[in-house]
Amino acid sequence: MADTATAAVAHDEHHEHAESFWSKYIFSTDHKIIGFQYLFTGMAMGLIGGFFSYVFRMQLAFPGSSVPFFGIVSPAAYNSLVTNHGTIMIFWVAMPVLIAALGNFLIPLMIGCDDMVFPKINRLSYQIFLISAIVLIASFFVPQGGFGGAWTAYPPLSAKSEFNGTPFGAPMWLIAVTLEIVAFLLGGINFITTTMNARAKGMKLYDIPMVVWMIVIASILFMASVGPLVAGAVMLLFDQTLGTGFFDPAMGGDPVLWQHLFWFFGHPEVYVVLLPAMGVVAEIICTFSRKKLFGYKLILYSSIGLGILSFFVWAHHQFISGVDPRATYLFTTTTLLISIPVAIMLFAFIGTLWGGSIRFTTAMLFALSFIAEFLIGGVTGIWLGSSGTDIYLHDTYFVLAHFHYTFVPIAIIGTFSALYYWFPKMFGRKLNEFWGKIHFWGTIIPFNGIFLPLFILGAAGQHRRIAGFTAYPDLYTENFQDLRVFATGSLIVLILFQIPFFVNFIVSLKRGQKSGPNPWKANTLEWVAPSPPPHGNFGDDLPEVYRGPYEFSVEGRDEDYWPQNVPNEPEPSK
Amino acid sequence: MLEYFLPRASSFAGSIDHLFDIITYLVMFWFVLVLGFFFYVVFRFRHKPGQKAEYITGETHKQKMAIEIPHYLILVCDLVILGYTFVVWHEVKIDIPPHDEEVRVIAQQWAWTFEHAGADGILDTEDDIVTINELHLKKDAQYTYHLSSLDVMHSFSIPVFRLKQDAVPGRVISGHFKPIMSGEWDVQCAEMCGYGHGFMPARVFIKSAEEHDAWVAENTPDHLKKDTAYALTDSETKEAPNNG
Repeated sequence: MADTATAAVAHDEHHEHAESFWSKYIFSTDHKIIGFQYLFTGMAMGLIGGFFSYVFRMQLAFPGSSVPFFGIVSPAAYNSLVTNHGTIMIFWVAMPVLIAALGNFLIPLMIGCDDMVFPKINRLSYQIFLISAIVLIASFFVPQGGFGGAWTAYPPLSAKSEFNGTPFGAPMWLIAVTLEIVAFLLGGINFITTTMNARAKGMKLYDIPMVVWMIVIASILFMASVGPLVAGAVMLLFDQTLGTGFFDPAMGGDPVLWQHLFWFFGHPEVYVVLLPAMGVVAEIICTFSRKKLFGYKLILYSSIGLGILSFFVWAHHQFISGVDPRATYLFTTTTLLISIPVAIMLFAFIGTLWGGSIRFTTAMLFALSFIAEFLIGGVTGIWLGSSGTDIYLHDTYFVLAHFHYTFVPIAIIGTFSALYYWFPKMFGRKLNEFWGKIHFWGTIIPFNGIFLPLFILGAAGQHRRIAGFTAYPDLYTENFQDLRVFATGSLIVLILFQIPFFVNFIVSLKRGQKSGPNPWKANTLEWVAPSPPPHGNFGDDLPEVYRGPYEFSVEGRDEDYWPQNVPNEPEPSK
Repeated sequence: MLEYFLPRASSFAGSIDHLFDIITYLVMFWFVLVLGFFFYVVFRFRHKPGQKAEYITGETHKQKMAIEIPHYLILVCDLVILGYTFVVWHEVKIDIPPHDEEVRVIAQQWAWTFEHAGADGILDTEDDIVTINELHLKKDAQYTYHLSSLDVMHSFSIPVFRLKQDAVPGRVISGHFKPIMSGEWDVQCAEMCGYGHGFMPARVFIKSAEEHDAWVAENTPDHLKKDTAYALTDSETKEAPNNG
């Protein structure tokens, strides 16, 4: 009996010990831990995607020569590298970091509740996401290597291994993408339900911080658009593995059907990642310009309008793909119209800065550069949205440079500004500002150095996904090759300047300046909780909300901020 | 602006370039204006000790108009671009003029096959000239091309023509172009088509009518040449009902 009791105690202790590591960090249902899991997985995948870009940019700059840390880049390897670079950066970096990591970490804190409403679904979401990442990485090491049919995976190339040469890589790629989508559907359910049902007492819909709104709208967009893609992915998987012919014209199928299903998802997907980044920027520019967000409802309704409009633009990816040429009249119109809501949001951000008192912290520098760089990405879309010029520019480096000027501000600049801003809340210490600014300039300048030359190459008629331009006399000229070398050199500089960031990140975890609960004097509820917030976030007393999230510099108050949870005082007599 | 990089070798290249220029002027105007204003705001409202930010909601009518009015102007620019886009798109992709010459373009992994109609000007006759990765065109002749693919998606792109069209397996897609300049340029595949995608270059050779006829004669077997001379008058009489 005594033995049993001791054993039980010992077991309990053991169990407790096991819980304190496994259930705290690996099988946790705490939204913050799940957010970190997504964040670190996303950052690790970002390193892989970044390494891929280094390898293929080296091949383009010095075709045929051996790339340090990789070797000779065969055409098969090149195709696989560009395909998986795109896939990883969108599905395994932009989405997990911007939506899943920020959504999980911020939503319960910002709306003032203790956790997500479905914590176990949340845990399942990350586990499926992790499996999807493992399947994708495993697909690089199977016989014949990873899938190389571009991230858009157009059949028949993607459907038959005699065309793509990757009998294992292609289905694994598709399974990985599908699993990733399942993970995000589970996460999205949580974000929407939690925001709608678990808000702090007193928080009305218009008191919700903009970044939370943006993540919710993005989740709705994702859920509404992803259905056709999943259906298409299952059909494509059947074509690959069971020999069906959904996309095979010889068997009565239609390869262009996949393009419709893919882009019906693919275009809203751009806004799925754009909106959270816009939300991050909105939070940061308000805090560091000490200003109320200019036109909260205008931004909110613009983003909803943007989301709805984004369902009617997909065929602008297919102007020359063999769809009825008359259809382009409609899709050009909707595509050019989408410039309006995006421009409204950017103008509202500039309106927020107007009359402010702007402090250039690293987070703010990244947020401001988001506005400037995304503007380039936005306006260059006009050349491509116009079907007339798209005939020429389609699938050139002009397209490539354009969408990197949207995705890099979203996924890289947006993420960095969020990290510099919320790092004190996540880990209780600030990132070093001096090294942060070195990291900022070392990221922004080479980023433009990579992609501005690519606009020129694209305008000169250089097409994408070509493993080396040696076969094309018009493109393999000395001037063009210089531009390619310049872009590659800029990329290497950009990658090297990420080293200070990672060192800063790791050192600041232990030695950074302690931040206290509200280092930036911001208003939203996450700054009420201790830094880092404990399990359950706010302790026993959940905060109550008395006003909107952006009451900065209110006249008649001594302090220039007014947190959402501070009760109204009697009006000062003056 | 594009002619700085490569010549305008087709009849519609000028229209596409002109549209490109119009978009460039309108977009650059807004881009410089907005970016300049942005930097001005960031500089003017930088933090100064003892100065407090203003409280502006952006919800009053006047403030909303400050955002709205520029967007009406942007909308006007959009409409200008849209109208001109429709004109150019109609010219390049919808309105296929009657042709002088026909050529069939067949894409496969990883080569281009070009079927030239030969001396009789009719495809699928004995004197067709089939070439791999070489497209021979007659300057100032109006061409109709018939594009197809044997295996996967490809895209037929001739940058100097500003022409691009995906080749879809199971379909024949027709379009047109009119070379207006002699020379020799790249033809690229613009859609990922597998391992050899980067290495399926073709060249387009545009020659004057006499030179092109000489090339046709050179590539027509001798026993067909005589027949062709007879067939020419023959086919001309046959051609009229065919076209109608």
